[in-house]
Amino acid sequence: MRVIGFLLQKEFLQIFRNKGMLPIIFIMPFIQLVILSNAATFDVRNVPFNLQDLDRTSLSERLSEQFTGSGYFQLTGESSTSPQALDVLVGRNADLVLVIPEGFEKELMRGGSAQVQLIINAEDGFSAGVIQGYTNDIITAFNRDLIPQLPGSAVGAPRQTISVRSSAWYNPELVYIDYMVPGILVVLVTLVGLFLSGMNVVREKEIGTIDQINVTPMKRYQFITGKLLPFWIIGLGELTLGLIIARFAFHVPMLGSYWLIYLVAGIYMLVVLGMGLLISTLTESQQQAMFIAWFFMVIFTLMSGLFTAIESMPHWAQNMTMANPVRHFVDIMRRVMLKGSGIREIATPLAILTADAGLMLTLAVNRYRKVSD
Amino acid sequence: MSEPVIHTEQLTRKFGEFTAVDAISFSVGEGEVFGFLGANGAGKTTAMKMLTGLLLPTSGKAAVAGFDVFTETESIKKNIGYMSQRFSLYDDLTARENIRFFGGIYGLSSASIQEKSKALLSSLDLLPVADSRLSDLPLGWKQKLAFSVALLHEPKIVFLDEPTGGVDPMTRRRFWDMIYEAADRGVTVFVTTHYMDEAEYCDRVSIMVNGRIAALDTPTAMKDSFGVTTMDELFIRLVRPGAGEGI
Repeated sequence: MRVIGFLLQKEFLQIFRNKGMLPIIFIMPFIQLVILSNAATFDVRNVPFNLQDLDRTSLSERLSEQFTGSGYFQLTGESSTSPQALDVLVGRNADLVLVIPEGFEKELMRGGSAQVQLIINAEDGFSAGVIQGYTNDIITAFNRDLIPQLPGSAVGAPRQTISVRSSAWYNPELVYIDYMVPGILVVLVTLVGLFLSGMNVVREKEIGTIDQINVTPMKRYQFITGKLLPFWIIGLGELTLGLIIARFAFHVPMLGSYWLIYLVAGIYMLVVLGMGLLISTLTESQQQAMFIAWFFMVIFTLMSGLFTAIESMPHWAQNMTMANPVRHFVDIMRRVMLKGSGIREIATPLAILTADAGLMLTLAVNRYRKVSD
Repeated sequence: MSEPVIHTEQLTRKFGEFTAVDAISFSVGEGEVFGFLGANGAGKTTAMKMLTGLLLPTSGKAAVAGFDVFTETESIKKNIGYMSQRFSLYDDLTARENIRFFGGIYGLSSASIQEKSKALLSSLDLLPVADSRLSDLPLGWKQKLAFSVALLHEPKIVFLDEPTGGVDPMTRRRFWDMIYEAADRGVTVFVTTHYMDEAEYCDRVSIMVNGRIAALDTPTAMKDSFGVTTMDELFIRLVRPGAGEGI
């Protein structure tokens, strides 16, 4: 125990003396948290929209007003021919063109139905889907208001329709920040934990002090503990600061228990640190360690369900994400913070994380050798 | 020679096809200052790493302080001090902090660390800079400190890998005084060097050529048997390409 104490003391002295390291630990993550949480939103607003009204009647005007007044679309211009509309799309002056053909009002009043054309820029399939959803809503509402006034419908007795009213549970106003912040917190503690531990032992290799350590009777478990504990503490400290910012700056709800979050985070940090240490023992320079850590960080983040839903990934990719610790912790954070899930509800991902922690630490301890072969 | 504290028989280390250390056999007695000479790449550092339990030998036998280098590396480590080729204290810690750290991991009591730290800093005249980071100190001072730290836990044997590389002659002189003081207390000193004047200070020297020990004797006897007047001459004769074959 005493030996670990001396090692801890030394590590903390070195961490706090490293002028390059301190900002990485204490400032960078929070700048990222603030920027990413606000920027990473799936909301599509103020879509530039081009109108091609070939009918020019009061009804066609009413329809286009529904679009401009919805708050989702912003009229950036009008066109009168299809080639013109295409130019606008290609030039990215609009992501949506609404074409109201000539005779729109006449056909509606006579036959009870008419067609309009919507041209959506689908470069980004996700946004296109959202835009289509908005336009459907607007046209449905337009229909609903219009039907009683059309010939052939019984006055005062609107047609029987099934109306679907949806309400979102656990995030009723669909606030993206509430959804993003818990996940981004996970990425931040992962980043700090993986990089700091990944660089640490390999740094001692680079400057040559590792031999001086290996020639002492220090035990392997003492060395590993002394190397990991400081970053474990720093990681949980970062999480604490992050949770404070989430609570007071972003007003992200916390329906579950903080104890549970810390229990999971404590286990999760072992996975990350074990992995960093493994990288450190497998590499010969900080550069190599950095690139490997970066490789895993990118894959873990993109396959964590933080930005893209896991459900929309192909089947093989979904299976792969099961091995991704970031995915499980993001999942747990969201469930605990937004739904108030308890330990029983998160038992499966927690068990996976615990197994991961065991695996990573075993590998790291076994790879670290005091005597080289 | 008294009871050997280092003893090797046909000790060999290969890296793939390359044989870095080729069946070396020698013994070092207690309290001896043993010079381990050889050109760059002759296998000195590899041999030293095997004796300090940092590297497993490929074949042969060796015991250090009575412990086997294959199976009892951790027991060896309790009984030796080591100063590597590269400066190996922590540059971003102060002298006092380095002493406390290494004392601590060798299991010295806090009182003992305190006491030794004070004695050591004053004998090295480091008291005024005891709380500056080592990166601010000249190399010679740092090397003397590193040597003292290697002796902190009172090991039976101390291994020094080119301890005076890049150090001025005055400091080298002082460094060798410290080596003698340690040897007088019964510490066995196993030292590699490139300075032939330092070879003369050793009780016995061995000269490694291409992984083998080409000569081993006291400096005087060795010079006599080769009919040369200086160690410099002797060394150059031995390590010149092709020269090793005839011996």
